[in-house]
Amino acid sequence: MKKTLAACALAILASTGAAVAEPVKIGMITTLSGGGAGLGIDVRDAFELAIKKSGNAEIEIIVEDDAQKPELAVQIADKMVQSDKVDLLTGIIWSNLAMAVVPSVTAQDIIYLSPNAGPSPLAGAQCNKNYFNVAYQNDNFHEAMGEYANADYKKMFILAPNYPAGKDSLTGFKRYYKGEIAGEVYTQLGQTDYAAEIAQIRASDADGVFIFLPGGMGIAFTKQYAQSGVGTPLMGPGFSFSQDVLGAIGDAALGVRNSASWAKDLDNAANKDFVAAFQAEYNRLPSIYAAQAYDTANLILSALAKAGVKDKDAFRAALKEADFATVRGKFRFNSNQHPIQDIYVREVVKEGDVITNRIIGTAFTDHGDAYAKDCKI
Amino acid sequence: MQATLFLEQLLNGLQFGFMLFLMAAGLTLIFGVMGLINLAHGSLYMIGAFACAAVAAATGSFWLGLMASLAAAAAAGALIEVVVIRRLYQRDHLDQVLATFALILILSEATRWLFGSLPLYLDIPPLLQGTVPLPGGSRYQLYRLALIGAGAAVAIGLYLLIARTRMGMRIRAGESDREMIAALGVDIRSLYTIVFALGAALAGFAGAMVGALQSVQIGMGEPVLILAFVVIVIGGIGSIRGALVGALLVGVVDTLGRFLLPALLSTFVSPSAAASTGAALASMLIYVVMALILAIRPQGLFPAGS
Repeated sequence: MKKTLAACALAILASTGAAVAEPVKIGMITTLSGGGAGLGIDVRDAFELAIKKSGNAEIEIIVEDDAQKPELAVQIADKMVQSDKVDLLTGIIWSNLAMAVVPSVTAQDIIYLSPNAGPSPLAGAQCNKNYFNVAYQNDNFHEAMGEYANADYKKMFILAPNYPAGKDSLTGFKRYYKGEIAGEVYTQLGQTDYAAEIAQIRASDADGVFIFLPGGMGIAFTKQYAQSGVGTPLMGPGFSFSQDVLGAIGDAALGVRNSASWAKDLDNAANKDFVAAFQAEYNRLPSIYAAQAYDTANLILSALAKAGVKDKDAFRAALKEADFATVRGKFRFNSNQHPIQDIYVREVVKEGDVITNRIIGTAFTDHGDAYAKDCKI
Repeated sequence: MQATLFLEQLLNGLQFGFMLFLMAAGLTLIFGVMGLINLAHGSLYMIGAFACAAVAAATGSFWLGLMASLAAAAAAGALIEVVVIRRLYQRDHLDQVLATFALILILSEATRWLFGSLPLYLDIPPLLQGTVPLPGGSRYQLYRLALIGAGAAVAIGLYLLIARTRMGMRIRAGESDREMIAALGVDIRSLYTIVFALGAALAGFAGAMVGALQSVQIGMGEPVLILAFVVIVIGGIGSIRGALVGALLVGVVDTLGRFLLPALLSTFVSPSAAASTGAALASMLIYVVMALILAIRPQGLFPAGS
């Protein structure tokens, strides 16, 4: 009896809610298979968690796997726009996939919210009123590490894969780093053995090493670097030392400094709630990708409370206000609809048996990006 | 250029070469004896690494993990041969490529289903941790020296197996004339299964050894597979000796190229441009070497049966 009463109460609550809410279809294109699947799975899980916690039953999420292939992502986007008739798109992890999908869908007046990739063209000349980046501009974390390195390091050895994001990374690092570059090395994308590069680091007189090696590359490098006994302090953007890879690197990652806009120990109510709920739901710690996706979902929910998704102008204006409880503490949009946020320096530590990150400082406060001036929205 | 750095890079090249040899040996044996192109060889490498990581995590012993990797890869190889590959010997190479490509997808997704999509943790055993001094004052990682030793031991073992045993005699006979050896009453079907399992075990062994150094993750076998194909094309398809020479050549050329080319270019252009152009050129280098060798010796360095 109690149960039926409670169900009735819920039904009434839901029906009054439905008086303002309208059905919303969100298409999520993300990477759920292949080597990069860990990132996409975190994005999907955190996004679904935020929607579930909101209790909004009118939101339907359509999730599809892009297998980290641009051509597949384009096909899925076409299908979602034309036959599923989604109102919003989100989910892409990789910059090359975002560059393949975002310009064409935003041109069709579909709003896209990026939970991760932030390639520079989309922040600058090719920015679009339908494109909102809730994560970062690609250079941000690298710039933060460059700024951080100024304090203690005079000669840095820097290393990244030889592809556009790798070059952007080292460019971003050098944009803020004032010291001397002891060596600059580009490796093959997907390379897994770094003995040749580590030998060069050993032979150089660098006092610090900066790497940008996402996914398996970072795992391989960090383990080999620790085993080689070179011992020069290692640092990099948070991608190479995120929760999804730390378990596989193990103790070799301890003490590594890395930059990110979020860490699980950030002291605010939304974050504590998020970390606890994510752990309870999925039995693992969230990564930065999960945090960004959770913020993306909550941004959408905050805009839905203010405007209908069919009224594009009002909905875009509501999104732009960024009036939601972010797990990052504070968040607002720049003129190019990319974040203005704090970027922290984290250190990899061991808490009991779990290897994770803890914040040790702030590299930037209210940091935007270098491309906003080229954007004419 | 310091001599110690050069020596260290030479050792790195040898180590990389010996690991490639473990992959290429199985691939070339399978092609030589059965005439089969096996794209799923990289998946067996992955299975070895995952088996080693899982058993090492459960028991705390890398060595038990290593044995498990041999057993798991050999068992997976034998199973694949009996269930799938056996139906493909009479088909042409395109059908084999298609079927073994499907196996890559199936094995990758099966591994994800079993272990999840996050990379696994596998560390080098305590016995082999640390570094040893090199002449000239530099230091070299002990585990990489152990990899060179293990690769060389496997090379010698394979040579003895093929040149000195009855089993090896049958393998050589299978390479030169399949119909005749079957007509002579040798059980060619079980010979094929054994050779396939042996090749798989070598790939699994390489996966476990390298997994401790790199990362144990889904799809880790495919980049190595491409290089292993380059090795057997350079060495001569079907030849173990060719696989050894080709693997060491590819390992040393690739490692030294990655390190020398940017340094060489930086005498002409700015360091930043030299770094990115040099890296691009270095990644092409082994394919240039392959093209040159094929232009001079289209059958590879040591064609089988020569």
